[in-house]
Amino acid sequence: MTRPIIEMRNVVKSFGLFKALHGVDLQVKEGEIVVIIGPSGSGKSTLIRCINQLEEHNGGEIIVDGAEVGHGRKNTVLTEVGMVFQNFNLFPHMTVLRNVALGPVRVRGLSWAAAEDRAKRLLARVGLADQAMKYPAQLSGGQQQRVGIARALAMEPKVLLFDEPTSALDPEMVGEVLDVIQQLAKTGVTMIVVTHEMGFARKVADRVVFMDGGRIVEQSPPDQIFNAPRDPRLRSFLQAVLSH
Amino acid sequence: MATNVEALPVMSIFDTFLNWKVFVQTLPLLLSGLTTTLTLGVTAIILGFIGGLVLALLRLYANSPLRQITVAYIDVFRSIPILVLLVVIYYALPFVGLRLSSFGAAASALSLVSAAYSAEIFRAGIEAVPRGQFEAARAIGLSSWRRMSDVVLPQALRIVIPPITSNSINVMKDTALASVVAMPDLLKQATQAQALAANPTPLISAAVIYILILMPLVRLVGVFEKRLAARGR
Ligand SMILES: Nc1ncnc2c1ncn2[C@@H]1O[C@H](COP(=O)(O)OP(=O)(O)O)[C@@H](O)[C@H]1O
Ligand SMILES: [Mg+2]
Repeated sequence: MTRPIIEMRNVVKSFGLFKALHGVDLQVKEGEIVVIIGPSGSGKSTLIRCINQLEEHNGGEIIVDGAEVGHGRKNTVLTEVGMVFQNFNLFPHMTVLRNVALGPVRVRGLSWAAAEDRAKRLLARVGLADQAMKYPAQLSGGQQQRVGIARALAMEPKVLLFDEPTSALDPEMVGEVLDVIQQLAKTGVTMIVVTHEMGFARKVADRVVFMDGGRIVEQSPPDQIFNAPRDPRLRSFLQAVLSH
Repeated sequence: MATNVEALPVMSIFDTFLNWKVFVQTLPLLLSGLTTTLTLGVTAIILGFIGGLVLALLRLYANSPLRQITVAYIDVFRSIPILVLLVVIYYALPFVGLRLSSFGAAASALSLVSAAYSAEIFRAGIEAVPRGQFEAARAIGLSSWRRMSDVVLPQALRIVIPPITSNSINVMKDTALASVVAMPDLLKQATQAQALAANPTPLISAAVIYILILMPLVRLVGVFEKRLAARGR
């Protein structure tokens, strides 16, 4: 395919004395769907949070769409990176419509009218056209997460980061959110998805990255990861998550 | 003596403490005092609110020297008794050429102290906004100013409504200290009226007026707190 839109070289992230990332190398090509799996505490969140600088890395380089980020740089390129959170993090004091329209108005300089038009289109796309005037607390978890996705999309990002987007949901709502993400995968946007949904990874990912102990241990197309895992840590991880 | 008091007819208690004629005569004076008290209180509450918000933001987000100065300010003005501060401003500052009217001195003292207390309230409010809100605001690319004005402060202000109202009640009460620097507030006018009428009815009236003004606010704090608790915060 094309040039890497994200390039991480030897990225180190420490919290005090504790090293959460031990020199991670990762390249993601434009339009690629990368799924990151691994045990809890292995550094998956830290890795994607370094990409949009919610965490600042201590060493190595992160290049997003040709521009290096972090270390006090003005990271205008990061408006090209959207994020969907495990706990949705919708703004509770704004309507759903405002939640989605806010970024385009404040960051892209759209008028409220234009931004709300865009927001309505996106809410329709995630199946929430009729919920626009509600407040987040009035929606189910699955609906809230779909608003979260619409909010990220409203910035028309080149890259979308998902940090366990279905982990806080009741089981019956996981499907509706995964369906929306799967639809997005077909639009050509680059996506990095941290998830424990192995079925989703198998179906949607171009590449699966397995992390353990702050390192990328193995990365391959899903077929190979799930049918012919090489590293023993990956094998025991898969055994544990697939056994139930 | 004791038997004398017991022998006092009920009517004379009313004549002394709740004398209708004295009440009617001195009411205009009391009302002018009330106007001054309310003007002073509202001025100090507004200035303390704005000052407190600025101090809270400086304390949380300013760089090192400015932040330390803010912390020092907040600690000093929460430690000093308002009456002492008022007397210093009114009687000591003229020695360095700064002469304030009694209203100016009282408004300054009350605002300076209220700002310090408000700052701690706002800080707690901002810190009570979940981390995820700051992160989501950053993730969509909002500037630090927009993160505050659009996302964090609207939520923080809702959280601090009860303690800020409590603080405002305290400011209103503390306006009575201004009578010490000869400001014609409600208490000052009441003591004046008492002297003129040679009867304590104006003092009782003033006390009742303070209660009538502040009790609804006290109730309101209770309502706010119940409402916040119901929302599960
Ligand atoms: N803000 C933080 N402060 C200290 N330690 C952290 C912080 N965030 C994450 N960690 C630690 O870094 C490690 C990796 O965390 P994380 O990236 O959240 O893992 P994962 O998302 O794979 O579960 C964990 O051991 C976690 O305790
Ligand atoms: Mg995580």
